Amino acid sequence: MNRPTPESFVVRPRVDHEGTELEGDMLEVSMGPQHPSTHGVFRMDVVLDGETVVKLKPVFGYLHRNHEKIAEGTSYLGSMPYTDRLDYFCSLTNNWAYALAVERLAGLQVPERAEYIRVITAELTRLQNHVGLCGFLLQDMGALGTPLMWAFRQREKVLDLFESLTGARMMCNYMRFGGCRCDLPAGWLEQARTVVADFPAFLREFETLLSGNEILMARTQGVGRLSPELAVAGSVTGPMLRASGVDYDVRKVDRYGIYDRFEFRVPLGDHGDVYDRYMIRVLEMHESLAILRQALKGIPGGPVIDPKAKLRGFRPKPGESYGRIEGPKGELGFYLVSDGGPNPYRYRIRPPSFINLTLLEDMCLGRSIADAVIILGSVDIVLGEVDR
Amino acid sequence: MIGIGIAKGLVQTARNLLGTYTDKDRLPTIEYPEERQALTEATRQFPFLVHDGDDPAKGLRCVACQICEKECPPKCIYIVKSRDKRVDYKGQMQFYPATFDIDYSVCMSCQICVEVCPFESIKMDTEFEFSTADRFRGLLFDKHRLAKSDAHYHRIHPTDAAESDAVMAAERAKAEAKAKADAEAKAKAAAAKLAPTPAASPEAQMEAPKPGSDTPTMPM
Repeated sequence: MNRPTPESFVVRPRVDHEGTELEGDMLEVSMGPQHPSTHGVFRMDVVLDGETVVKLKPVFGYLHRNHEKIAEGTSYLGSMPYTDRLDYFCSLTNNWAYALAVERLAGLQVPERAEYIRVITAELTRLQNHVGLCGFLLQDMGALGTPLMWAFRQREKVLDLFESLTGARMMCNYMRFGGCRCDLPAGWLEQARTVVADFPAFLREFETLLSGNEILMARTQGVGRLSPELAVAGSVTGPMLRASGVDYDVRKVDRYGIYDRFEFRVPLGDHGDVYDRYMIRVLEMHESLAILRQALKGIPGGPVIDPKAKLRGFRPKPGESYGRIEGPKGELGFYLVSDGGPNPYRYRIRPPSFINLTLLEDMCLGRSIADAVIILGSVDIVLGEVDR
Repeated sequence: MIGIGIAKGLVQTARNLLGTYTDKDRLPTIEYPEERQALTEATRQFPFLVHDGDDPAKGLRCVACQICEKECPPKCIYIVKSRDKRVDYKGQMQFYPATFDIDYSVCMSCQICVEVCPFESIKMDTEFEFSTADRFRGLLFDKHRLAKSDAHYHRIHPTDAAESDAVMAAERAKAEAKAKADAEAKAKAAAAKLAPTPAASPEAQMEAPKPGSDTPTMPM
């Protein structure tokens, strides 16, 4: 066990205003796993010098469900509902990443309509994830109630869309290898267009409420800085990496699906602090709306699933594949090895929240314990994905 | 000037507060037990077994092929196949489930059993109020509690039920055509028996689709 002990800390001599040396003890605080600001069952072993974080060790695994090993014993299709439960905010993007990996393994072609549906549902997922994150981040800063409830009011509208399409609000289990499970119900596109048309008004309102708020700026600007070099070295992805100013978006880099057909920009931050991470998400929502408007305009008719796709007795040929997409939290990848059997020989996930979390200590050192809470909030983790 | 951002935010909050009196969109909550949200057609909660006719014991569509038991990701379905067979809707002899249990406390409502079922017999219900004081038996549903009528299925998922009916009608027509063709072949064979060269036995083709096999005859 590598737990910090009081002897292992270097106690810096401190002076009070008269110049006399003060002596103090470090305090080890175990934040979590039931702490409300840790977004689930996550624990931070924080060593405090007064209120300043001297050392921080993330402890996780409380929500470990053995997903990867279970998937090696379940059929390819049987793992699809489990991917919903990885990052339960964004089940549709999880479905897509997994379906992409299996499609590459089995050589299935996704029909055009299904590609459009995937883009639409993925961008809606990004909207509801980011809007939820902004609400929770402000909740962490002490803005209890209002921002979170406003965010959730808007998020519910997107979840209503998911419910009428997939039958579940969060555990969608919608994508299938070679397409989607079912076609859009009647009137769904109009409903989606209304939600997309109403969203900018909400974003304006949200930004009026918060983005220029002096308290928010004082709490977030310059807090939890992450340099681009460190972010790249730590293989951080997603909005966190872009907030540090690195232009890397899998939608642009890989152009998976049909993302090359849409015009959108990738917002980048300057400082890599918590405020930038918050603003990146707000700006990304605007870009998602732009993609959604184009996709909802251009969606063609036709089948939603590859006729070669098989539900029962699905056995891809031996080989390996890696499917990655730009999830709302970062690059989400599934690595699969097939030995020709009905279940994968190896199944591995590249979870963005887990990898983004590894630099938590570097961002928190030297900040106060209250800042550590909002830095963690700005990383945007879901423990279902961190622990798997 | 410091404070302008806060003042703007407060104006926004005040507008929202006043808006709740005029704009219905600003009041998104409902008083749940008294007031209920209309469920969408795609809503899924837990699986149930469809039965035709009035008697759930006789009309279950399930032929105990155990595909759903095998495919269920959390393995919450338990099926024991019957020893004898009975006539199904196509007029063929089929097994039926002697035991069919679903543990709702384990089920994760993923709908995979519904998708893989080739016999249109397991579907998703929209019922969700199952709270019970008995955590073991209370949520273990046997086939008597799971059986619900086709009319119920038509009420909760009209589009899907119509599709199921179409699939079943096509299957029945196919089975009838096959039976007719078989009867004709039999007659022909009987006629050919008089001739010295014996024709291949048509009975071999009459076999009902093998339950439990990985390649069922009915398309999804």
